[in-house]
Amino acid sequence: MTKMNRRGFLTSSAGLVIGLSLPIAARAQSGAALAFESDGTEGTFAPNAFVRVAPDDTVTVMIKHIEFGQGPYTGLSTLVAEELDADWSQMRAEAAPADAVYKNLAFGMQGTGGSTAMANSYMQMRKAGAAARAMLVAAAAEEWGVDGSEITVSKGVISHGDKTSAFGALAEKAAQQTVPEDPTVKTADQFVLIGQDLPKLDTVAKSNGTATFSMDLYRDGMKTVVVAHAPKFGGAVASFDDSAALKVPGVEAVHQIPQGIAVYATSTFAAIKGRNALDIQWDDSNAETRSTDAIFEAFSEAAAQGGQDAEMIGNGAADIDGAAQVIEAEFRFPYLAHAPMEPLDGLIEYSEGKAEVWMGSQFPGLDHPAVANVLSLEPANVRVNVMLAGGSFGRRAQDTAHFANELAEVAKAAGPGTYKLVWTREDDLHGGYYRPLTVHKMRAGLAEDGTLTGWEDVVVNQSIMAGGPMAQMMQDGMDPTSYEGSTKMPYDLAHARTGWAQMESPVSVLWWRSVGHSHTGYATEVFLDMVLEAQGKDPVQGRLDLLKSDMTRDRGVLEKVAEMAGWDGEKVKGDKGYGVALHESFSTYVAQIAEVSDVDGMPKVHRVWCAVDCGVAVNPNVIRAQMEGGVGFGLGTVLFDEITLADGGEVQQSNFDTYRMLRIHEMPEVTVEIIQSDADPTGVGEPGLPPIGPAVANAWRALTGETGTTLPFAKKTGA
Amino acid sequence: MATFDLNGKEVTVDVPDDTPLLWVLRDEMQMTGTKFGCGVAQCGACTVMLNGMTRRSCVTPISMVDGSSVTTIEGMDGPETKAVQAAWESLDVPQCGWCQSGQVMSASALLREIPKPTDEDIDNAMAGNICRCATYVRIRKAIHDAADSLEG
Repeated sequence: MTKMNRRGFLTSSAGLVIGLSLPIAARAQSGAALAFESDGTEGTFAPNAFVRVAPDDTVTVMIKHIEFGQGPYTGLSTLVAEELDADWSQMRAEAAPADAVYKNLAFGMQGTGGSTAMANSYMQMRKAGAAARAMLVAAAAEEWGVDGSEITVSKGVISHGDKTSAFGALAEKAAQQTVPEDPTVKTADQFVLIGQDLPKLDTVAKSNGTATFSMDLYRDGMKTVVVAHAPKFGGAVASFDDSAALKVPGVEAVHQIPQGIAVYATSTFAAIKGRNALDIQWDDSNAETRSTDAIFEAFSEAAAQGGQDAEMIGNGAADIDGAAQVIEAEFRFPYLAHAPMEPLDGLIEYSEGKAEVWMGSQFPGLDHPAVANVLSLEPANVRVNVMLAGGSFGRRAQDTAHFANELAEVAKAAGPGTYKLVWTREDDLHGGYYRPLTVHKMRAGLAEDGTLTGWEDVVVNQSIMAGGPMAQMMQDGMDPTSYEGSTKMPYDLAHARTGWAQMESPVSVLWWRSVGHSHTGYATEVFLDMVLEAQGKDPVQGRLDLLKSDMTRDRGVLEKVAEMAGWDGEKVKGDKGYGVALHESFSTYVAQIAEVSDVDGMPKVHRVWCAVDCGVAVNPNVIRAQMEGGVGFGLGTVLFDEITLADGGEVQQSNFDTYRMLRIHEMPEVTVEIIQSDADPTGVGEPGLPPIGPAVANAWRALTGETGTTLPFAKKTGA
Repeated sequence: MATFDLNGKEVTVDVPDDTPLLWVLRDEMQMTGTKFGCGVAQCGACTVMLNGMTRRSCVTPISMVDGSSVTTIEGMDGPETKAVQAAWESLDVPQCGWCQSGQVMSASALLREIPKPTDEDIDNAMAGNICRCATYVRIRKAIHDAADSLEG
């Protein structure tokens, strides 16, 4: 860990121009630039907040997006290396701390989500690399007394005639050059590194145990803290007795904080034992006491009322009821926990007038002010270091900054000191911030000749945005993340309506890998299969016929996946069923075909074919990995996962014995093909997930005649 | 109080008898390659070698470790582990990385036991290690590749 200069604490000046070339004055205002300067190496060249060239020839890229497996360390470094004409072996990645200079250009705030990391960084990081290259070339021209236009750079070597230099030797001189305002970037045909399967920069450390996550940080005198949270959502502490807890060896203190009762100990195990020994009376007067069964019934009743219009096309749903044939289905999606392998944790060093935090912060732009606010500190005196995180899937993207708040409250209650706050797996699964429980009530009408007379999808769930700082992004009280994917479908449905009814509950909800698409992709693509079957159409050809003429990228991935799987219209071959699904999310297009058999009443998925169009494939290997991961994550979900509340409101799942993860023997073979494209790159962290559930469900329906309307599949069998 | 061999060195720790080995390694030794994922032997992130056999350190009280030999990811340097790590690198297996120490431990133990594992052998040996990122396709391939390289 680089020791940061305390004066380098952020001074996020509002008007700071973000991007490739920070003028010197602006750099001085930027915590980022100071982070570079404090690197302390003589002769280091940092032309902007993103690139640092050291005398030893290493090029370090400050990565503004948190790395939790989706690949920004590698992807964003590739963009810089490409324009810098660096050699891949000299590239290093380092997490950028919280600082306005590192904001997500798609959000206006520093944060990672919505599969935006590559899309919003694509030009910014290339220009950052191009600026550095231009300055190195200018330095070489000065050094050698030649014209810069005659200088070439390749694989980290700057050349002119018989003169050559590596980057490091010119770093100091390069730092004295003028930062170009708008450096030229390459055209796609000039790419050397973009499009290659470059080795990931974080693989080695993650294979030998040396990768450092926030839970791995230790400090002298540090206290480990666990917090007893209310067992019911909306519950609060009425009274507590900590006398037994304080007798546990290693427990040093117990404090009440707004989030619950915090136990401070000399070790994690002592803290956990201390928490077990607490005697707490809870006030459940404002708590959710309904079971999830009761919640589903309430949501289902709301669905029958139709909700508010989210989208109306043609006559909407008006002509469904009088149609010759009406097809209906109600889909039920449970609450889901993200369950990243590293539960939430973070470290805070709190001393008089300042604080420094280390955590897997996915929204540093919100976590940083939250810590400052709780501790009543000037933002400039708070530093948030973004650590590698052991998965997230949306769990660390907290619009309420709830974990940062809890960490700061832990410090505030105990006073100056160093504290590591750890959530156990039980805290994680009981802790809420779930994928919203959702009902889709779907109806379609068919005329005598099979023509679709109307399509209706009424979505019922809690809003993620409402009540939080993102509420300002809602328009007319509508939260598009609740039903995204049910609207703006690629199909020419002629008459369609999407309705949405917003429900309330103290159960907290959050974005979960692919957000609304995690259920809309399933509901729409399974229901579409039912409609196509009623029309006597093939699932692939029927979709192709229904796609709007300008949906060329949807068409491209669907045709590709059909070719990959050798689709011939036979939905059942021997004991195997085959199902297809197509879904665009976050401007990335994915189609999948699943091969499924029936093993003791549960789908067993053998093979999955996946075609993806995400524009320019910056690192095809990372894209394939994200598709494989999206398939596995989504498959485990539809097969096994649900968070349920018992009557009374207590969560019934506590650990991986009751909240079942997909395991290796349940993972299908996955074949991925990437559509060649010159379009600007889009994200891949989430879009691989939505199609797998419906592809499996469609295969299962073909094989068994059963429609998987209530998820997970295991609910049916008790598996 | 327990005394045991940790990665070839004798160590003594003074902690309550019921303290899990996992927390001794992490909180007392600051050996953080061994990860906490569940605390109930369901995920495998905390896998270590105890007297040469894989063991979930999160449910192993330190009293049971007294007089034993413990090897963690930091101390794994046999040919199987080297082959596994090389294959992990070549296929870029890890995503978030949190579970991977445990995966490498289980894969190394498998190859010591069965030099040329079948898919079924891999399922049996690795089903106790959860990867939430679902890197399973690559884990399987990497184990086969590691076995090939050891044979070659």
